[in-house]
Amino acid sequence: MKKKNLSKAVLYIVLSIGALIMIAPFIWMISTSLKSIDEVFTYPPTLFGKTIRWDNYARVSDRYPFGHWFINSTIVTTVVLVCQLFTSSLAGFVFARLKFRYRDVIFLVYLATMMIPVHVTIIPVFIIMRELGLIDKLPSLILTEVATAFGTFLMRQFYMTIPDSLEDAAKIDGCNPFGTFWRIFLPLSKPALATLGIFIFMGMWNDFIRPLIFINSVENMTLTLGLANMKGMYATDWPVMMAGAFISMIPILIVFLFAQDFFVKSITLTGLKE
Amino acid sequence: MKKKKLLDRDSTWSFILLMPNIVIFLVFSLIPLIASFFISLTDWDLLTPMQWVGFTNYKELFSDDIFLKSLWNTIYFTLGTVPIGIIISLLLAVAVNQRIKGIKIFRAAFFLPVIASWVAVGLMWMWMYDKQFGLLNYFLDLIGIKGPPWLSSIKWAMPSIIITSIWKGIGFNMMLFLSGLQGIPESYYEAADIDGAGWFGKFMHITIPCLSHTTLFVTIISIINSFQAFDLVYLMTFGGPARATSVLVFYLYQCAFRYFRMGYASAIAYVIFFMILIFSIVQFQLQKKRITV
Repeated sequence: MKKKNLSKAVLYIVLSIGALIMIAPFIWMISTSLKSIDEVFTYPPTLFGKTIRWDNYARVSDRYPFGHWFINSTIVTTVVLVCQLFTSSLAGFVFARLKFRYRDVIFLVYLATMMIPVHVTIIPVFIIMRELGLIDKLPSLILTEVATAFGTFLMRQFYMTIPDSLEDAAKIDGCNPFGTFWRIFLPLSKPALATLGIFIFMGMWNDFIRPLIFINSVENMTLTLGLANMKGMYATDWPVMMAGAFISMIPILIVFLFAQDFFVKSITLTGLKE
Repeated sequence: MKKKKLLDRDSTWSFILLMPNIVIFLVFSLIPLIASFFISLTDWDLLTPMQWVGFTNYKELFSDDIFLKSLWNTIYFTLGTVPIGIIISLLLAVAVNQRIKGIKIFRAAFFLPVIASWVAVGLMWMWMYDKQFGLLNYFLDLIGIKGPPWLSSIKWAMPSIIITSIWKGIGFNMMLFLSGLQGIPESYYEAADIDGAGWFGKFMHITIPCLSHTTLFVTIISIINSFQAFDLVYLMTFGGPARATSVLVFYLYQCAFRYFRMGYASAIAYVIFFMILIFSIVQFQLQKKRITV
């Protein structure tokens, strides 16, 4: 019994040290974001400055259109979210439930395209976007993500588990395949959609390389690109940069707080992707 | 007869419902993949007409010191992040797999860096690594070590990127291991208890062998991901100092969008593609087992 308590204590200590290492940079970020610029450059460092400088958060949008970036990120993320959830569930339904020739071969080939890294096709995609006149416009960040193999795969796996009897009932009612999908399958897919949704949300909100290549003007940037850009401008104004970095994380933090289990599920499934 | 009609109806519907996926797949995956290869056989700066050069770009790659340096850096980065990252996250997964109070909070803490963007993480760590006022050198100072100038040092820049990448990736791998751990039957451990096995014995003889599939999977994903490292390098060091952190994707980005050598950059893209392809095929085979067709 005594030995068990001891090992438990050791476990807690190890976990606490580990957790502290993981969290320290975040605490450092928040602490810095609330200090004055002079207090940042003092040695030894302190956790809090003499006064809490909330105005750093206001200063974020002084020289840069931070609000624009936030809105741009929100637009891109939301549009992709809605479109991809819809196309993925449709395509997932087709591959799970409808029968056509070479269905499973086509599905596997489509699935294999998940393995093509974004960097390998980025030059031709850039050229296509240019031909479409979409460079420096938000649709260039949206279009490629409107329908994906990964989303299709995830929804298909879910629809495979739904019993036939439900589908048969709809067929007897005279539903066409879209009707069956819309009335029976879609309403059942909330958990799967939430999992895929979190995956899409994280990917889009944190996306960097595509905005970097497709967007030029400052006001059309997304948060990640804007922040990277800020770094060049503010150079050593760490309080403002840390405030900006923290704001950019808040939406994901909120979702994480309320849907931790879905996050974990989404990540475990992501293992299948990257 | 009736069955055939049903099949035809389903085919038509399938085609209609798959339309968005078909279009996006053709325009943004298949065509670019093929186009990328053709562009790699040309000289093209986007402005003047393309010039067909055959395999010249590929030949040039292997006498280009910057490319070879970037290739080496990518391998260095991979060797630096993957083994350490996997060992730490495996141990962490075992630790957070215990049923003790507050374990969910610990899991959340380890997971936090995963949900942050690479850009936010990069900014945070640039400040952590600050030579004079950074938290890291402060702590090193406390234990009597004079910290290096991290990101601005040729020797330490890559280790800095590696440390930050490991820190960000641990939670992700931990969750994959955790879901693997939860698949190991409790009875194995109970049997070992009866045999009087200790913690370490159980870990070596039950946990590790049972997780072999997960470990292989995590290793391959980690390798594929580290071949594609870019964001941190772009943000924290821009490939420097003196190309010390220039990785393949970064060099690809520079060639394409800074030097406007589309053909040459596409050749780099194809090298990356083939490097990843080998690992992807293994991953795909593993994954196929998990898909019920």
